[in-house]
Amino acid sequence: MKKHLNTLFVTTQGAYLAKEGETVAVRIEGKVRLRLPVHTLDGIVCFGNVGCSPFLLGFCGERNLTVSFLTEYGRFLARVQGPVSGNVILRREQYRRADDLDFSARMARAFINGKVANCRALLNRTVRDHGDRLDSEAVGDAANHLTGLLKSLGRGRPLEEVRGTEGDGAHVYFSVFDHLIIRNKEDFFFHRRSRRPPLDRVNCLLSFLYTLVMHDVRSALECTGLDPAVGFLHRDRPGRSGLALDMMEEFRPLADRLTLSLINRGQLQAKDFVVSEGGGVRMKDKARKTLLTAYQERKQDVLLHPFLEEKMPLGLFFHTQALLLARFLRGDLDGYPPMIWR
Amino acid sequence: MYTEDDLLMLSALQHLLFCPRQCALIHLEQAWTENRFTAEGRVLHERVHTAATDSRCTVRVEYDMPLRSLRLGLSGRADIVEMHQQEDSSWLPFPVEYKRGRPKKDDTDRVQLCAQALCLEEMLDCTVPEGALYYGQKNRRTPVQFDDRLRRVTEEAAGRLHELLSGTVTPAPEYSRRCESCSFIDTCLPRTAGKKNQVRNYMTRMTQS
Ligand code: SF4
Repeated sequence: MKKHLNTLFVTTQGAYLAKEGETVAVRIEGKVRLRLPVHTLDGIVCFGNVGCSPFLLGFCGERNLTVSFLTEYGRFLARVQGPVSGNVILRREQYRRADDLDFSARMARAFINGKVANCRALLNRTVRDHGDRLDSEAVGDAANHLTGLLKSLGRGRPLEEVRGTEGDGAHVYFSVFDHLIIRNKEDFFFHRRSRRPPLDRVNCLLSFLYTLVMHDVRSALECTGLDPAVGFLHRDRPGRSGLALDMMEEFRPLADRLTLSLINRGQLQAKDFVVSEGGGVRMKDKARKTLLTAYQERKQDVLLHPFLEEKMPLGLFFHTQALLLARFLRGDLDGYPPMIWR
Repeated sequence: MYTEDDLLMLSALQHLLFCPRQCALIHLEQAWTENRFTAEGRVLHERVHTAATDSRCTVRVEYDMPLRSLRLGLSGRADIVEMHQQEDSSWLPFPVEYKRGRPKKDDTDRVQLCAQALCLEEMLDCTVPEGALYYGQKNRRTPVQFDDRLRRVTEEAAGRLHELLSGTVTPAPEYSRRCESCSFIDTCLPRTAGKKNQVRNYMTRMTQS
């Protein structure tokens, strides 16, 4: 398993990355501004106009490092990846199981259990920490409602019902999300999810963070030899990473929590965003940097993995979950244990 | 007799003897730990130097020699095969393996060496009675006789290897002390995998309270 979990995010426009010995050198206006040993990285993400030498790309492929290219605003464009891990038996098992609707429903329940439990944990925690500054009754009620949904997610529920529960859960959770924002409320508010484009600052932050988490989940699945495209809850649709979306579910509340802490600690202000004509909201450079740094730091936090009962950096949880999923598909576990925090 | 298509990596024998699950993780699931192969490449270099100083005029040294046996269904490379000239001026192969660390109590290293000898016998149509293991930490050679017992153990291990790797099932882990020295401990999860109701209990604990 990977031990070092640093992703190099390059946001400086016009930057150029090249291989220098065993390091990645980042050149800006012809001068090397940063050198990082390759073995300390698990991925490179380039935003916008960032160049990369073909030689470095090949080297990264060899070292099992993915290099991704995103637009300046975080929309995924392309990635360069080394040879697919040769685990053909695991992939076949994944495809076979994905064809089985009962099994898919079982997996879907696990992912949604994880998501709903983590949403509930986030609500409870916010009430605990800031109960005096928000409508703790409304938030508490929503948490109770989620507890009810968790109870109803019992065994044998078919895929359609799991989807229904997921929808209810998301509705309940997002209906109190605005209460969790306790600072700069006139600039930061949340009414409903909007994505294309995000229509307020909170949605803008959520979308960007989900992209980052998605990127990490996808890489982790690929490293384990699973096919990120073939999901259980998210059924096949060309161009969509079904399994990565499935596994995202349990990690979404993580992005939500980071969004809230950036706002509630005042690390981001209204002036860090641009609102365009049609109402779409984008982050300015500085905000993007703040967010990327916060995400990186968060991934270094060491937490107890609830299932393995081992301490590890949060960033490693993506890999651990992918591994647990693979172990389940190979018959070593009696189910897939989603990552659930307390 | 196996065909060329069936040949398995000779080095897989040592994984099998260490732990069948480890063998399946590496060769069936192809879940190698990072830098494992680069580390092995480095060792080869050290080895080449040590042996070169040993060569005498009646000894010719072959490095990195390709080997295979259709009878055992194995192929691989020998890092060093010394060719010892006999009185009748024929050459007798003498395989030498360099190992990190100290001599092991079990047969693992001897079996791997013996498999090399069996390949040499088949390829050169001769008899290889003896070879040597060179342990880095003790800095000296331990001679190995390829007696009937060791040959039997080796052949039997090759058979088991073919059986394991022709299937798709990774054997369940058995947690023991050797797991602590196993580089696959993080991927294998020997303490968790294979336990009954582990996930079900976890889910109940985490969601129903
Ligand atoms: S951790 Fe233990 S059971 Fe797992 S592969 Fe290694 S030695 Fe075998």
